[in-house]
Amino acid sequence: MTRRTIFMVAGLALLAAAPILFPFTQFVLTIAIAKGFAALGVALLLRAGLISLGHAMFYAIGAYAAAFLSARLGITDIFAILVFSVAISALSGVLIGLFLVRYRAIFFAMLNLAVSMVAYSLASKAYGITGGTDGLRVSVPTILGMSVEKSSFDVVLYYLVLVLMVGVGILMHRYMRSPLGHALSAVHSNEIRLEYLGVSARSTLLAAYTISATLAGIGGAIAAVSIGHVLPEFAFWTESGHLVLTAVLGGIAGIAGPFLGSIFLELIHTFAVGYAAEAWNMIIGIAMLVVIFFLPRGLFGLVERITGGKSRKGEAKL
Amino acid sequence: MVFIPLIVDALANAALIFFVAVGLTLVFSVLRILNVAHGSFYSIGAYLAASAGLWIVSAGAPGWLTFPTLLLSAIFVAVLFGPVVERTLIRWTYGKSEAVQVLVTFALFLILEDLQRMVFGVQSVYQDTPMTMLGVVEIGGIVYLNYQLLLIALAVFMLIALKLFISYSRTGKLLSAVVADREVSQAMGIDTSRMFVIAFSVGVFLAALGGALATPTSGVSPGLGADTMVLAFAVAAIGGLGQVEGAAIAAIIVAFAKVLAIYFAPSLDAVAPYLVMLAVLVVRPYGLFGTETARRI
Repeated sequence: MTRRTIFMVAGLALLAAAPILFPFTQFVLTIAIAKGFAALGVALLLRAGLISLGHAMFYAIGAYAAAFLSARLGITDIFAILVFSVAISALSGVLIGLFLVRYRAIFFAMLNLAVSMVAYSLASKAYGITGGTDGLRVSVPTILGMSVEKSSFDVVLYYLVLVLMVGVGILMHRYMRSPLGHALSAVHSNEIRLEYLGVSARSTLLAAYTISATLAGIGGAIAAVSIGHVLPEFAFWTESGHLVLTAVLGGIAGIAGPFLGSIFLELIHTFAVGYAAEAWNMIIGIAMLVVIFFLPRGLFGLVERITGGKSRKGEAKL
Repeated sequence: MVFIPLIVDALANAALIFFVAVGLTLVFSVLRILNVAHGSFYSIGAYLAASAGLWIVSAGAPGWLTFPTLLLSAIFVAVLFGPVVERTLIRWTYGKSEAVQVLVTFALFLILEDLQRMVFGVQSVYQDTPMTMLGVVEIGGIVYLNYQLLLIALAVFMLIALKLFISYSRTGKLLSAVVADREVSQAMGIDTSRMFVIAFSVGVFLAALGGALATPTSGVSPGLGADTMVLAFAVAAIGGLGQVEGAAIAAIIVAFAKVLAIYFAPSLDAVAPYLVMLAVLVVRPYGLFGTETARRI
């Protein structure tokens, strides 16, 4: 085992033990990992040099899908909710991706922002479907048909989310190592050469866009059942900005980076609420500037530095 | 004849949007940076103008003093933030990727949001002396706010002034040279870093002026910066990033879309600007007046 693997396993063990040692961390970590999924989606696109200022929309789509299934259709099983949310967010990823992967650079960022603001405005106005600005309530889901108390559901959800994180992490690792994943970084470094090799940049990006939308959707669904309420604010553009911040703070080169960034931010947030609630945005802003100035590879880069050598050649950079 | 007040409403609205969008577009065309914190300068200008206006009125000073206050607030914000922010944060991001530029300005946005909250509190501020002092005028049986007409006049004045400044003043010509080709203009001896400071400060001034002028009709409340930012973004994108006239026409289009939505489909008023933006960008990603520079596949 490399030192990196030991570090990862230790990190997971720590995550698994955290709610037992400090019960207050359970909710915080659930939300942190949910946002970590969305940030991983953003990081995926950043590898191709595309910055999405609208990915909170897919987070919201996942959340609203979960809420809709539970509140409007009366299907409350957690697994049904997760599958449904993934399907809906993947579908919306394909549909919106078909339009948006034609664009690059600042145009990509702007169009994502525009689409997400349309979604945000519609979610706040379509009272009959989305509950308007009141949002939708999500009742406590059942687990394979068993109804449970909210507190025990939260425990099950937390460990389910941990398993999901590892599973998705492994799949994403495979994807990054596959030709499709490598082609993604190639879009960033030299798109024309990629096309000369006979690889379609467009379908490479469409696959990545769909995957990234699905990841955000998983995060949204988890957040919806964990919080028990979804609001249009989930899709507001500042949330998208936060997801980009989280991805870059954690580091976009590795799979673990965005999760690391998200957990780090949520924990700081939890502690800051008591002491510096008024200055919370300022703290993140300054932290972000420090990271961009001094740790261009994010917190995960710091982990790599500690756990030792690995070739950084050909890795994703901002 | 329900449409005539509607037109004045829309144009007054467009005037305010124009100030902030043209600032964003100017900064983008010279510095090649999309400043996410632009909306914060708008709301800081608004807070400062409204608070100063309240202070003047409560101190018993004559009400007409609130008019120069609007302008002075904007100048103050520009002098305070323009050079400092450009010379430190923004300058560092030149030549970096768009992702880094967006992130740095987003971080700045977060910092400025809390800074406003600390300085001005979380209460809404409303100060309408300039509007009430100007009163109303009745033309053809319809009553208009004189302040709205003043806003429209100011926006037209600013559009002409900007065009004259860019085409005829020495600084304006140098700015155009930098926009046309940064490296060559540098090689020819233009002090580009000075141009960047000037352009950025003018952009901050325009945003803050838009905010200050908006306060007498609508007041200021927290969250204004974030809302303004997306609106300015939409307008600048519709007009084509870097296009001054484009920003003016896009501001009018967006304002009309908004006012029409309020009249005919009230539930769509918030969606209207973004739908317009989406419709325009899908057909012309570089905006109505923009030129295609980015490589597309």
